[in-house]
Amino acid sequence: MPKPRSFPFHILVFLLPALLIYTAFMIFPLLDSLWLSLSKGGPAGALVFVGVQNYQTLFSQARWANPFWNALRNNALFFVIHMLVQNPVGLLLAALLGARIRGTAIYRTIIFTPTILSVVIIGFVWKLILNPAWGISRTVLQTIGLGSLDTPWLGLESTALVTLSLISVWQNVGIPMMLFLAALIRIPEELLEAAKVDGAGPWRTFWGIQFPLILPTVGIVSVLTFVGNFNAFEIIYATQGALAGPNFASDVLGTFFFRTFFGYQLQPADPYMGSAVAGIMFIIILIGVLIYLFGWQRRVHAIRY
Amino acid sequence: MEKSFPRVSRVLAAHATLLLYSALALFPVLLIILNSFKDRLTIFAVPFDLPSPATFTLDGYRTLGTTARFDLFFLNSFLVTAGSLVLILFVSSMAAFALAEYKFRFNSLTGLYLAIGIMVPIRLGTVGILLIMVDLHLVNTLWSLILVYTAQGIPLAVFVLTVFMRQLPKDLTDAARIDGAGEYRIYWLILPLVRPALGSVLAISMIPIWNDLWFPLILAPGESTKTLVLGAQAFLGEFVNDYNAVLAALTLAILPPVLLYVVFSRQLIRGITAGAVK
Repeated sequence: MPKPRSFPFHILVFLLPALLIYTAFMIFPLLDSLWLSLSKGGPAGALVFVGVQNYQTLFSQARWANPFWNALRNNALFFVIHMLVQNPVGLLLAALLGARIRGTAIYRTIIFTPTILSVVIIGFVWKLILNPAWGISRTVLQTIGLGSLDTPWLGLESTALVTLSLISVWQNVGIPMMLFLAALIRIPEELLEAAKVDGAGPWRTFWGIQFPLILPTVGIVSVLTFVGNFNAFEIIYATQGALAGPNFASDVLGTFFFRTFFGYQLQPADPYMGSAVAGIMFIIILIGVLIYLFGWQRRVHAIRY
Repeated sequence: MEKSFPRVSRVLAAHATLLLYSALALFPVLLIILNSFKDRLTIFAVPFDLPSPATFTLDGYRTLGTTARFDLFFLNSFLVTAGSLVLILFVSSMAAFALAEYKFRFNSLTGLYLAIGIMVPIRLGTVGILLIMVDLHLVNTLWSLILVYTAQGIPLAVFVLTVFMRQLPKDLTDAARIDGAGEYRIYWLILPLVRPALGSVLAISMIPIWNDLWFPLILAPGESTKTLVLGAQAFLGEFVNDYNAVLAALTLAILPPVLLYVVFSRQLIRGITAGAVK
């Protein structure tokens, strides 16, 4: 077949609307932000290219570096808690739903309900429940004999971040559950039957056959968790405000970015440093995605593109 | 007998675990909804009791009606979500059709270019987006949100729709061409055939748009363009001590997504699994 000399017009018509909107409002702003992170405002509103100076400031000047490293540390803990709690619990629920018992559709629907609600609602609901003034958490904890655990969970520097992470886990556990369940259901029945005939119990069948077969989904869930967590903002902002209290104990990169870009209290807004924070978030997420694509997916599963 | 007994106890244990977790998932939401219909005294005295004729009140909802424009916020959320979804489905299905149907030189490159947006959160370009919206005089308009959400939704939508359109038999479009149909007409004929995929894209795109707080906060925080989520956020902060009003606002904010979820849950589940697994 000879190559067409000019690009067929109708293909352009089909592609252009999507490409234009996507380029103008996603790719261009991303590149523009990266460019701004390498610039500074000059006289008369002109941009001055300063290389990686903003990043150096972010890493080394105490005024920037202290809150930055604090936010990064908190964000890493936020991610670790999701990996250790949300994804195993999601896997457990999926395994239970995958074992043919009655009512799975109802359980699945109920457990997924918090996931569809706005984080603002979730944050405020838990704020009310954990608020000592209403006393819900005290009553519940005393009923199950754990009255000694009653403290203002969101109000203490030592517990605020873990509590917020667990609230987020509670809301989002439905997503890994659904993905794991979809993967478990696709495993051919014969494999499980064969294991049964060989005398393997459910525990051995799960770890010997089902889990290795859903490893590609484990990778997808992990990378989705990583991207989502290092991009987190809403749950902290809705529950603790932009200052991510108490005393920045629950500050993550998203809230730090928001404060840097828009300014707060006495600190003026700084789009250049804000862009640098976004640039760091971009690099972190990119590293995570690349590790997934080249370190995990290549080895575990041929890419099905 | 020996074999069936552990099986029964296993099933019971599975049910117990799932029931317990379901209770944990629903308890906070139900607590809010129930207490929003109770008077202030009983909210605090007996938070776990159902509202009774003696304690039933709509005070909180009345406060809402007189202090915040929740009807306007709801309309804004609806317009933004519906507008974005229509645009996403329209432009993405066209692009997916081109990628699935034609062999051309930059086909896979275009697909890859669009796929960047599946993994990179659009939020990281916020500074650039705000600058563009200022230049276009779109700050504090619903259009700014619609355009951003469309850009955000395009990558996954194109990806899922392309996968589905590639599965259609090639004979269909060839037959249409022999009958003299033009390329645009063929696109229209194909569209109904991928309706399940369109439903899935609709369901997975809808909830993040409806629930977003970030972009309304940054691009359209004005009183007349507030979405329901942003309006609720502002209201909750202001009325934090009026439990009746706060619980009523939360209940009103919970209901629309739950209703949509009940209607679209099948498409949503299919969309989540198709989008992530393929």
